[in-house]
Amino acid sequence: MSANAQVEVCNTCAFTSIKAGIKAAQPGDTVLVKKGVYKENSIIIDKAISLVGENLPTIDGEDKGDIIQVFADNVLIDGFKLVNVGSSYTEDFAAIRVSKAKDFTIQNLELRKIFFGIYLEKSTDGIVRNNNILGDAVSEHNSGNGIQLWYSKRINITNNNIKHVRDGIYLEFADDCTISHNISKNNLRYGLHFMFSNDDIYHDNVFENNGAGVAVMFSKRIKMMRNKFQYNWGMAAYGLLLKEINDAEIYDNLFEENTTGINIEGSNRINYKGNTFKNNGWAVKVRGACYNNKFINNNFLYNSFDVSYNSRINDNRFYQNFWSEYTGYDLDKNGYGDVPYRPVKLFSYIVNRTPETIILMRSLFVDIIDFSEKVSPVFTPDNLVDEAPLMKKHQ
Amino acid sequence: MLKILKYSFFDLIRSRWSYVYLLFYLLLGFVLLFLNQDLSKAVITLMNVIIILVPLIGTIFGVMYYYNSKEFTELLLAQPVKRSSIFVGQYLGVSLSLVMSLVLGLGLPFVFYGLFQSAAIWDFSLLLITGALLTFIFTALAFNIALYNENKIKGFSYAILLWLFLAVVYDGLFLMSLIVFETYPLDKFTLFATIFNPIDLSRILILLKLDIAALLGYTGAIFQKFFGTNWGLFLALGTLCLWVVLPVLNIRRKAKTKDF
Repeated sequence: MSANAQVEVCNTCAFTSIKAGIKAAQPGDTVLVKKGVYKENSIIIDKAISLVGENLPTIDGEDKGDIIQVFADNVLIDGFKLVNVGSSYTEDFAAIRVSKAKDFTIQNLELRKIFFGIYLEKSTDGIVRNNNILGDAVSEHNSGNGIQLWYSKRINITNNNIKHVRDGIYLEFADDCTISHNISKNNLRYGLHFMFSNDDIYHDNVFENNGAGVAVMFSKRIKMMRNKFQYNWGMAAYGLLLKEINDAEIYDNLFEENTTGINIEGSNRINYKGNTFKNNGWAVKVRGACYNNKFINNNFLYNSFDVSYNSRINDNRFYQNFWSEYTGYDLDKNGYGDVPYRPVKLFSYIVNRTPETIILMRSLFVDIIDFSEKVSPVFTPDNLVDEAPLMKKHQ
Repeated sequence: MLKILKYSFFDLIRSRWSYVYLLFYLLLGFVLLFLNQDLSKAVITLMNVIIILVPLIGTIFGVMYYYNSKEFTELLLAQPVKRSSIFVGQYLGVSLSLVMSLVLGLGLPFVFYGLFQSAAIWDFSLLLITGALLTFIFTALAFNIALYNENKIKGFSYAILLWLFLAVVYDGLFLMSLIVFETYPLDKFTLFATIFNPIDLSRILILLKLDIAALLGYTGAIFQKFFGTNWGLFLALGTLCLWVVLPVLNIRRKAKTKDF
C-alpha cells in the first residue's frame, strides 16, 4: 500500500462504519467520511490518521458516552457534526477526547447536545479551531464544559464559538496555551476559566452574558489582551474575576455593562493598561491582599463606582487614567489634570463595610458625604490618587 | 369645596410662579433629551431631580400659599361654608396646579421625543406618578405646618426643616444606624426605615424599576422580592397614598378646631 492513501466511508462504500474505516487505515492515511448519519460511539483513533468529513456528516453517539477518542499523535479531525454525547454523574463524557497525544488538529466541528465538548487530557501541541459548540446546559451540577484542558501544554484554541455550556473554555494545569478570537456566550458559569495554569495568553475573545463572566484563578504570568467582557449583569456576575494571580498583563480590554468589571483578590504585580471600563456597576473592585498593581492609561467611563477598596492600605498605583467623573482643570495644557483625582468614593467604602447601605444609593445625603470626602479625605486611603488624570480619553 | 378648589386652582394657574415652575420642567425635559437621546438614561437623571426638587417646591408653595391667602381665608370663614371644605379645597387647588405643571412640563418633551414608541414608558409613568404623589404629600405636610404656626417665619423654617430632614438628615441617620448595627440582620429594618420616609420610598421604587437594581446586591434582592411584584408595587404606592391621606385628615381635624 502506498503512503497517504485514502479510505472512504459511506453507506454504499466498502466500509459503512467509521470504526471499520479507521481499522483498515494505515498511519498517515486519510479516512474520508461522506455525508450521512453514523450511529457510533467510542470511536478509537490509535494511529496517526486524518479523519475528514465531507459535507458535514453526522456522528450520533446515542447518549452512550465518548464519541471519538484519540490516543495517537499527529491526528487530524475535520468537518463533522457530533450529537448526543450523553451525560453522567461519574464520568466526564465528551464528544472528542484527546488523551496523551501530540500534534493534533481538531477543526470545523459542529457539536450539539453535548456533555463535555472537546476534552484534552495530558496532551500537547494541539490546535482546536473553527468549532461551533452549542450545549443545552440547564444547571451546573449536571452539565459539562465546552472545551476542557487538563494537564495539557502548548494548545492553540482559536475561532471557536461556544454557547450554553457550563464553562465555555476551562483550563486546569494547562501551560503555554494561546486562546484567541473565540466567542463564548450565554454560558451557565464562566465564559473562560483558568485554574493553576501558567504562561497562557488570551486575546481578541468575546465573553458575553455568562453566569459569572471570566475567572482566572491561582495562575501566573497570564496575558489578557483586546478581549471584550460584556453584559455580565446580575447579582453575582463579574466581567473578570482575578484570584491569586501574579505577574499578569491586562491590556486594551473592554469591560462594558458588567455588575463588576474586574474583581481582584490576592493578586500582585499586575499591569492594567489601556483598558476601557464603561457603564459598569463597579469598574474595579479591589478586595484584600492586592499589592503592587499598576493602572495606567485606562478609561473609566460612566461607572456607578470607579474603584472600590475595603481597606485603608493601598500599595497599588493609578496614574494617567481617564476618569469621566473628573472635574479638574488643566491650566498648563499638558493633557494631564492639575488636580489629582480620587477614584474611591466614601460611599463605596461604606458599602464595602456594610453592604445593606447600598440601599441609600443616589440619595442626596450620599452625594453630600461623597463630596465632602472628595474635598478632604478621611476614610479612603490617602495615597490612592491619580496624580495626573488624563483630560481626554486614551485612544 | 369644589368651588374653592376651582378658585384656588385658577388663581394659581394665573400666577407667575406656576408658569416659572412649568417652564423649568419643560426646559429640563428638553435639555435632558437634547443632550442625551436615550430616554431610559434621561429617566434616571430625572429621578434625581424629582426626589429632591418636587418635595422642596411642594413644601414651599404650600406654606407660601397658605400665608398669602390668609386674609381671603378669613373672609371665607365668615361665610356659611364648611371649614374643612375651605382648607381641603385650597390644598387640592395648590397641589393639583403643581402636579399639572410637573406632568405637562416633563410629559411634553418626552412625548415629542417619542415616548409612546419607547420601552421607557412604564418607568416614565411610574416617575410621574411618584412625582405627583410626592407633591401631594409635601403640600399637605406644608399646610399642616402652616395651620399650626401663626408666625410666618416660624412656619417657613419648619417647612424647610421638614424637607431637609426627610431629604437629607433622615438618610444620614439611616446610614449611621445601619453602620452601628451592622452585626445584626438589617433586612427588615431597612424595609421599615424606607417605608417611613416618602422620599426614600419613591427613590427605591424607581431604582428597582431600572437596570441599576442589580447593583443593589443582596439587600436589593430582598427589596426586589418585596417591591418587584405587583403586590409590592401597590403596597408601596398605597403607603405613599397613606402619606397623603393622613396629613389631609389632620388638616381637616385641625381646621375644625382652630381659632382665627
